[in-house]
Amino acid sequence: MINNVPFFAVMLLIAIGLYTILFKRNLIKIAMGIVIVEAGVNLFLITLGYREGGLAPIYTHLPSGVEIPGGLVLPVPQALTLTSIVIGVAILALILSFVVRIYRHYETLDSRNIRRLKE
Amino acid sequence: MRKIATLVFLVFVAFLLYGAYEMRDFGRPPSDMDDYIIENSQKETGANNAVTAVVFDYRGYDTLGEATVLFTAVAGVMAMFRRRDDHA
Amino acid sequence: MPDEGLSPVVRVIAAMLFPFILIFSLYVILHGHLTPGGGFQGGAIGASAVVMLIVAYGARWVESKAGEESVSVLESLGGLMFVVTGLLGFILAATFLSNFLVGEALFGEIPAFGSNPGILNTGGTLPLLNIAVGLKVIGGLASVVLIMALGSRGEAA
Repeated sequence: MINNVPFFAVMLLIAIGLYTILFKRNLIKIAMGIVIVEAGVNLFLITLGYREGGLAPIYTHLPSGVEIPGGLVLPVPQALTLTSIVIGVAILALILSFVVRIYRHYETLDSRNIRRLKE
Repeated sequence: MRKIATLVFLVFVAFLLYGAYEMRDFGRPPSDMDDYIIENSQKETGANNAVTAVVFDYRGYDTLGEATVLFTAVAGVMAMFRRRDDHA
Repeated sequence: MPDEGLSPVVRVIAAMLFPFILIFSLYVILHGHLTPGGGFQGGAIGASAVVMLIVAYGARWVESKAGEESVSVLESLGGLMFVVTGLLGFILAATFLSNFLVGEALFGEIPAFGSNPGILNTGGTLPLLNIAVGLKVIGGLASVVLIMALGSRGEAA
């Protein structure tokens, strides 16, 4: 069980992010919670593809004496994590532009006062 | 409302703890598809970098979808900040 | 205020550093099939160079030099180049986005198996797709930051 420390770090990140989304009132803090959950999911994808004592799967100047498919880390989870990071950036840009627009209309950032239709 | 949220949160944290405890071993993943990709990516694509070969050649359709997501995000930000006097 | 920029010391150093960061980002984009890097990573470095100029000189000065329309045209050019390369693969060879340049003249050498110092002429359609995605990411991220900085003028907290 002491070998699974990265998976416990992933669990801690997702739990902290979910607590911030559910129990905080400020809109900026809710946006930060979404980003923390995103970071936890990216860490989970990368630690699924680690091989013990492995090098990067790149053939340029590879040191000699490394056995070819057994001493390199897996490349496919890294490709999925790249896509996930870019999608996280796009989501954060849209969320922040929504928050700026809401603040201009309602003059407050408290999520309990943004419920009525303001004339 | 807060009681329901607390209950859902505690159930989900218990599920995460059980998952992290029963996960497979950390350093030994099953790797049949990745062994094929590492061995044959220089012959079939001619690139030294196996990660770039996976992103643009073996899974190029996912990269096209991700470029579409970036385009949609920029279009959404431009729609939010439009002023009424220009783009008439 | 996002309009005035910072003091003259910061402006001089930002103007001196801008071409070097841009050349480094082009290097990371072009060598994507040899070293760690590629389209997305190099595009993020290039966008951070443009954001450094926006912070140092103010958003209004940057918009008077290269308006928000030309930055978004850069992004559309990148997306168009990606789709045209895919359709060329569909017309000349078997499927959409297939690697039809391996063995041909343009980027088509095949390196020997195992460790080698990287040869730039390899890779097939991978360098073309890297350039397309790099242009798209630079245009997209710089456009988002420029529009947000221009749209919040006069919003002193």
